[in-house]
Amino acid sequence: MRYMLLIYNNPATLEALSEEEKSAVFGDVDAIMTELRESGELVGGEALAHPSTAKTVRRESGAVAATDGPFAEAKEQFAGYLAVDCETEERALEIALRWPDPKHGGAIEVRAVMQQSGTEM
Amino acid sequence: MTDDARIEGLLRAAAPQALAALVRRYGRFDACEDAVQEALLAAAVQWPRDGVPDEPRGWLITVAGRRLTDHWRAEEARRRREEAFEPPPSAGRDDSLTLLFLCCHPALTPASQIALTLRAVAGLTTAQIARAFLVPEASMAQRISRAKQTIKAAGGRFEAPPEAERGERMRAVLHVLYLIFNEGHTATSGPDLVRRELTGEAIRLTRDLHALLPGDGEVAGLLALMLLTDARRAARTHADGSLVPLAEQDRSRWDAEAIREGVALVSGALAAAPLGPYQLQAAIAAVHAEAPRAEDTDWPQILRLYELLEHFGGGPMVSLNRAVAVAEVHGPRAGLELLETLEGDRRLRGHHRLEAVRAHLLERAGEPIAAGRSYRAAARATTSLPERRYLEACAARLSPARSTR
Repeated sequence: MRYMLLIYNNPATLEALSEEEKSAVFGDVDAIMTELRESGELVGGEALAHPSTAKTVRRESGAVAATDGPFAEAKEQFAGYLAVDCETEERALEIALRWPDPKHGGAIEVRAVMQQSGTEM
Repeated sequence: MTDDARIEGLLRAAAPQALAALVRRYGRFDACEDAVQEALLAAAVQWPRDGVPDEPRGWLITVAGRRLTDHWRAEEARRRREEAFEPPPSAGRDDSLTLLFLCCHPALTPASQIALTLRAVAGLTTAQIARAFLVPEASMAQRISRAKQTIKAAGGRFEAPPEAERGERMRAVLHVLYLIFNEGHTATSGPDLVRRELTGEAIRLTRDLHALLPGDGEVAGLLALMLLTDARRAARTHADGSLVPLAEQDRSRWDAEAIREGVALVSGALAAAPLGPYQLQAAIAAVHAEAPRAEDTDWPQILRLYELLEHFGGGPMVSLNRAVAVAEVHGPRAGLELLETLEGDRRLRGHHRLEAVRAHLLERAGEPIAAGRSYRAAARATTSLPERRYLEACAARLSPARSTR
């Protein structure tokens, strides 16, 4: 079963971390990524640039147009994702529980990925 | 047939035989498997250029054997360990069956058993397996490599399992073949086309197994089940990939030849061998296959078969299907009552199949509003796009004004 781990965090909180704390965050991420590569569960993942660099396309005053800034005006912003292929949902949650962002005010949303396969009804 | 296709066919047939011969001789599955993969790569480069050797299998064994000894010479200490490894006795065993048992080793997860079986027995490349399971090639390579290490660590050897374990190991083999079939069978369209080829692989492997063990009723039953299920392939989806339920399929598009073979296989097995779950599932598929129209289906017979299947530890999906059969024989209310008794099953709570069956039975019972609610609940719970689309269409048909589309 494939899952997306959608990572949200508050960039200001992360910026305020000490060097030591930042190293710990990177260390945690490295350890999990290595484990997922070795287990063959990793499907993909990306970290996104700072939300202040985002452009958002939406419909405004009747026309679809791009404006500066992220989609949602919130402290927590979408920061990146991890795509994994795990035997169970419990395993996907276990990975999310170890990810560093929630320890620093962020959150991870775990969502199953839709598949093209379907069974006869 | 093009040269490339002919060579690929030859390689696919020869690779598992070459692997089995090497493992028999040297006893180390993981190293032999790597060596055969290297020999396959060499063949893919050399054969189109220099022509196909007279003895493709012998060529692969020679080249792979050379790679093995090269590796072992480079690691002298390791080579000594290899020599100390006692070669397995070789009397009266079939290599490809032993290879299947090894790939379906109980220390592995089903996902690893599937990947290893497809590579070592079916002869697919890691890239093909990765494409079929929608993961990067590096991840699939890693899974296969870990699976081989796990077998080694668990002391798995190239030999038939002890008699006491044979039944259990055989069930694991059949389950893996069934899972491979199902991965392909549930594929619908577009990006799933590579997956669809898994159906053919599973049938081919099961056919080989049946040729080895013609007296095994469950092997025959599984082959029959695959053939009878695959016979409906052309009718089970529309051209756009959307699902067609069994009752609405154009039966003239079912594969009559596959049905004939499947029915003959399951009839033979039921007459001659001890009863088992695959034979029963094949028998149910045969009853569907033999009905010229959906309304001609012998539901009382299907209900009896599901009841028997439950005695073999059918599981929640079998119970759900039995509820459908009960509804066909005794009316939708009887089916709904049976569903209520299944609600307590933890494995079914919130499961989209439970809601989909409930919706179907409520619709049949003349409760369109409740049915629409259940169809929508099922649509939200499924992780399959074609199923969601089908279930949403059912809901919209019942209450167009409240369509969520």
